Amino acid sequence: MSDIPLMLPAFVCIPLVAAFLLPIFGSFGRKGGALTTAVANLATLSLLVMSIASINQFSVYNVGKWSIPLGINMVLDGLTVFFLITVNLVSSAAMLFSVRYMEQYTAKPKYLTLFMLMVAGMNGVVVTGDLFNLFVFLEIASIASYALVGFGCDDEQLEASFKYMVLGEVGSMLVLLAIGLEYGVTGALNMAYISKAVQNNPTNIVLNFALAMFIAGFGLKAALVPFHSWLPDAHSSAPAPISAMLSGILIKVLGVYALLRTIFSIFGISSAVGTLLVVLGVVNMIAGAFLAIGQGDLKRLLAYSSISQVGYIFLGIGLGGVLLTADANPMWATLAILGSLFHLLNHAVSKSLLFLTSGSVEMATGTRQLGQLGGLAEKLPLTRASCAVASASIVGIPPFGGFWSKLILVVAAIGAGIYWAAALIVAVSVCTLIMYLKVHRYVFLGEPSETRRQIKESRGTMAVAMICLACLCVLLGLVFLVPTIRAELLDPAAKVLCDGVKYADKIMEVTRI
Amino acid sequence: MPYALCFLLFTIGLYCAVVKKNMVKIVIGLAVMEYAVNLFLIMLGYRVNGTAPIVDKTYYDSSTHQVTADFLNAAVDPLPQALVLTSIVIGLGTLALMISISIRIYEKYGTFDITEIRKLKG
Repeated sequence: MSDIPLMLPAFVCIPLVAAFLLPIFGSFGRKGGALTTAVANLATLSLLVMSIASINQFSVYNVGKWSIPLGINMVLDGLTVFFLITVNLVSSAAMLFSVRYMEQYTAKPKYLTLFMLMVAGMNGVVVTGDLFNLFVFLEIASIASYALVGFGCDDEQLEASFKYMVLGEVGSMLVLLAIGLEYGVTGALNMAYISKAVQNNPTNIVLNFALAMFIAGFGLKAALVPFHSWLPDAHSSAPAPISAMLSGILIKVLGVYALLRTIFSIFGISSAVGTLLVVLGVVNMIAGAFLAIGQGDLKRLLAYSSISQVGYIFLGIGLGGVLLTADANPMWATLAILGSLFHLLNHAVSKSLLFLTSGSVEMATGTRQLGQLGGLAEKLPLTRASCAVASASIVGIPPFGGFWSKLILVVAAIGAGIYWAAALIVAVSVCTLIMYLKVHRYVFLGEPSETRRQIKESRGTMAVAMICLACLCVLLGLVFLVPTIRAELLDPAAKVLCDGVKYADKIMEVTRI
Repeated sequence: MPYALCFLLFTIGLYCAVVKKNMVKIVIGLAVMEYAVNLFLIMLGYRVNGTAPIVDKTYYDSSTHQVTADFLNAAVDPLPQALVLTSIVIGLGTLALMISISIRIYEKYGTFDITEIRKLKG
């Protein structure tokens, strides 16, 4: 237990140190290139091991030994551990995939540096217990991702990067304004202290305005539907491993996690906010699914599908919030929240795998227009198999992970008597099935064209990354089905959200000792 | 009143970023938004006739080892100033990246008009 608090800053320090070492190693020529990839992979893998080692721990670390509210603290609780595992799982796989995939680009050390900065930012957002510090890490992750989206420096990529950056910056400024408003009222920046101050003054109009600004700002980062226009451009233009990172975890950490922390732990969930989340979730699910079906570009289709799947997560969280504030059986509320967190993990793994397979297809054929592909099933057997597994998981076919998370959401909705939500979850799953059948039909089935006789299956680390994620898609069902894993990983995360503003009491209690 | 003006500045920046067609003007709009927020943070800690929040001998009571009440009543809040410094540095980073990407786009497309930069659609 005593080592755990010391591990907390390492989640930020390891990728930051790696990010500053990589360009130095990269300047050593060919040997340096091999060294940079080794260091980068080592860093992501060690972060993954560390996040798994911190399961079921609770600790608080005061940065520079300044106790709160004077200093900044880092907090490790159930929700944090859950998100750390998700982030580092996907980033390890994406980094492994990058080793070979990024050979087609120049300036690989710079790419790895930006990648590491993005990981540092995301880990920082998750572990920090201070609102302004959260903003700083949010900006580190966002700026790195703006640069990575435009990394190829082609016309489309630069255009997507600019669009993403303008909307992302508007979101960041809204968040900063909200932090300023909140500081003006409560005089605190530490989440626990803000939470206490908000509880003493719940009807303050400025605080409610700040909450609205937080929802708008983080909603922009999460690509909630009125603000979703940047997502398909940015996610389809980035290099494939970066698309996997953006769709798999960046929108979830900067958007979903930050929103959950502010709404549940700081401001406390109210039925109005819960209803708003349900509405946003429903709009996202439907709009994302219908827009995805019409796409002719493989990666744009996957990006729109992410919007739809983020809708599932918000629907579950919103239902949980509504049920928590109503006089309903708290069991269903917990189940809805648990289901949507589990869906978040499943979607992170399966969507990043889908983007990696799209990268493999693009590398082999040089195009990602569905109309120009076809007949790749024989040439790319591994890519096809892993794409099939990931699609099955995201659609919700048993026994893959995605089936269990959707099942939990449906059971929770029916148990609480909200039948339309259950029907909607199933209906949108059918739309999801249609879009992934379309992917398989156009990309893998049919007759291969003459020019594509010579294409080769991806090998080496690209194949390893895809196989690892495909195995995870199958095995993730166990996270819910095996009671011990569920009790260690999912239950504590859901409990943090259900406890809501008791978060402050827990932090204060630990700090006093 | 100053807060209202500050908010007005923020909305002017937002308007500029959302409505304008020229990329450089969009970047300027975002910068104005950021300065408005920085100004707002500074004003949160501002006091009329305040002093800098630095303790020197005149404000330090050596008998009780505490700062004097005068100081507590007069000093401005230093925390927003620290926040603004951080936020200015972040703003510099984003501004540099935004301008360099605008220049690269200009090299590729030969225009700053975003209505003509439309290779992505759907």
